[in-house]
Amino acid sequence: MREKKPVPLIQLLYDDIFLMLLLGLIVPALTYTIWGLIEIISKKVLP
Amino acid sequence: MAEVLVEARTCPVTGLRVVKHAENLIKVNAVFAVLALLFGTIGAILIALTRWEAIHLLPTDLFYRMLTFHGMNMLVFWIVFFEGAGLVFASTIVLNARQVAPKLGYLAVILMILGFLLTNFIILTGDVNETAVMFTAYVPLKAHPLFYLGYILFAVGALIMCILFFLNVYNAKREGTYEGPVPLFTYGIAAAAVIAVFTLVHGALALGSAFLWSLGIIEVVDASLYRLLFWGFGHPAQQINLAAMVSVWYLLSYFTVGGVTPSEKVSRTAFLLYVLFINAGSAHHLLVDPGFGAPWKIFNTSYVIYMAVLASLIHCFAIPASAEIGQRKRGFNKGLFTWLIKAPWSNPAFSAFFISLVIFGFIGGASGVIMGVEQINMKLHNTLGVPGHFHGTVAAGTSLAFMGLAYYVVPLIFRREWLSKFWARIQPFLFGGGLFLMAVSMNTLGRLGIPRRVWETSALVVPYKELLQATLGIGAVVAFLGALVFILHTVLTIIFGKRVEGKPKFPEVVQVSNPDEKTSTPGTIVLAIIFFLYLAIMYTINWYWLSRVWEVR
Amino acid sequence: MAINKPNEVYWEEKVGFSEKAWVLLSIVACIVMFMVMVAWAIAGKQNPPNEAYRVSIPSFAERAEAFIEKYKVDEENGIPVVEAPEDEDSYLIARMFYFSPVLILKQNQTYRIRVSSLDVQHGLSIQPVNMNFQVVPGYEYVLTIKPTEKGEFLIVCNEYCGLAHHVMKGKIIVK
Repeated sequence: MREKKPVPLIQLLYDDIFLMLLLGLIVPALTYTIWGLIEIISKKVLP
Repeated sequence: MAEVLVEARTCPVTGLRVVKHAENLIKVNAVFAVLALLFGTIGAILIALTRWEAIHLLPTDLFYRMLTFHGMNMLVFWIVFFEGAGLVFASTIVLNARQVAPKLGYLAVILMILGFLLTNFIILTGDVNETAVMFTAYVPLKAHPLFYLGYILFAVGALIMCILFFLNVYNAKREGTYEGPVPLFTYGIAAAAVIAVFTLVHGALALGSAFLWSLGIIEVVDASLYRLLFWGFGHPAQQINLAAMVSVWYLLSYFTVGGVTPSEKVSRTAFLLYVLFINAGSAHHLLVDPGFGAPWKIFNTSYVIYMAVLASLIHCFAIPASAEIGQRKRGFNKGLFTWLIKAPWSNPAFSAFFISLVIFGFIGGASGVIMGVEQINMKLHNTLGVPGHFHGTVAAGTSLAFMGLAYYVVPLIFRREWLSKFWARIQPFLFGGGLFLMAVSMNTLGRLGIPRRVWETSALVVPYKELLQATLGIGAVVAFLGALVFILHTVLTIIFGKRVEGKPKFPEVVQVSNPDEKTSTPGTIVLAIIFFLYLAIMYTINWYWLSRVWEVR
Repeated sequence: MAINKPNEVYWEEKVGFSEKAWVLLSIVACIVMFMVMVAWAIAGKQNPPNEAYRVSIPSFAERAEAFIEKYKVDEENGIPVVEAPEDEDSYLIARMFYFSPVLILKQNQTYRIRVSSLDVQHGLSIQPVNMNFQVVPGYEYVLTIKPTEKGEFLIVCNEYCGLAHHVMKGKIIVK
């Protein structure tokens, strides 16, 4: 067995599947869905 | 550890512990996946022989009905059932863990099956005006309420499967059956599961509101809002495939040639990029819509400065490189391409893996990048180029990769010996070759202006239309045979195949020595550069074509 | 390796030179492709129109009918033929299962054509130029368009809109 090295923080973030879930929902919800909703709502209404 | 209570067996090939409930869930999902594939395949040949207008097989009504039937079964049921099996496998067996809340798992599968049966029943037997609404079912084209209900039941079941996946992973860590970073395959499937949650939430919103509207409970559903929400479902649903397929490629490279991922860090980064940015690509369907402005379109269609394309390009190097390293370590070390020429082409899992990889990249991936350019999309939106693109990705890519994996699932999980090595060996070539011809024909017809989803096109005068429709049809017939061989062979093997005792011999699983040892990959570098040049040329030609049309802004 | 556990600290494994180079090349390609799209949006001559409004179906229908009434010059198979004015917006109606009116345009003249649907979603596909736009009920899409070639152009519907979808046609004449 090799000596146990400390795991770098960035790898810990990579390995956190629940963080992945969180960001994977938030990022596209913001860029695609929320922004898209704003696009639709902000369209001018013709009489 | 809590494993004493869990019924399990040890796989003689991989040494993995196969827990009973997980195995059952995998089996049920796999059976219904194949059933959905059979339905979709029947629809496929009927509509393809109608689009080949020299034959023009189906009457109008039946054509649109079958088109809906084909789309639903292929794009939703076959793919998601198979992924359901993948979710269970990656979160239990691979992690040496038990299935959490197996009853909930069975409930999820039952919901999925109910949705599958209900939707197919209504598509086949309902009033054609209410059921031939296509997989997209755009409001205000109103479908039968049961159509939406079946869709929703299936989506809810699939969502529960995703939640169980995360619970399984959480539980594996908590009970200590698995510690440290998860294997790359599970990482990729986790990415698929995250994308799936996003997808299914949007599906529930879009179809749920359409369902209420079809019952008269709400008065209107805004057509642009529906399009936004539906494509938050319809497109990412195929991105689940993408992440799952890429994971399967890594897995098949490992099984078939002892593939070694060149860099865990880089490949994982690519999966993360998918998770963060690929769902923005839903905008691909809305590029010539009135409801959205250019900044939204450009930012989203580019997957936020092409970050998801970057991810695919990373895999496009890492996966063949992984196979090349495996092959070189097995002694096929001469020259640039000996590793590829001497690859186990008679192992259907390998041929399925490599053919799907190549067609996905050259036909599906390249056409997708091009079609997703906001401006070029004006020349391709709703043309036959769209199904041309996704038959390169979903059919020749994902479906063929899943078929490749099935060549291992049957002997390892169902414990049956394949009845015929011959049919197994030629099947990937039939399916892949047929789809290649078909997708190229569709992409070309689309660029010439032939629309998708249309019964006949006699009013359109297009050069080589008859020829291209014929190659489309012939390709479809060959692919149909390939799919049929796969389905019949799988079903017959599961029913009549000899039980596997000990290690199955076919297809071969290569044992890896020294997983840490890596070689250089000169062959892959050459292949990657060829692909890069091909993409650059196609991209430029399409811009040129765009510059020839009328001015519009 | 794909189903085995990676090294505990895989982060510190070296990335091979060729893979590094490939990733860099890919990043450059991604940025270039993005910049091309932005540049074309600013300076290119073919861009999906940005002007659109939310509108009620009767409001659009009323204005479109008035336009047709005012500029109608002929009728073809029951569909009015309209000579599009140069200084006023034109209208194009999509409905099950035809486009109306037939528009007569002049080559190299810029027109503003307001398009919407009176029922379900349709696809506006001008052939054989092959330009395609989505027509969404409740939204009025303003296409600022300059036909650069003469001839008769077919409009086909390329969004499935019902069982007679494939017969849905229209026409643009460029003189």
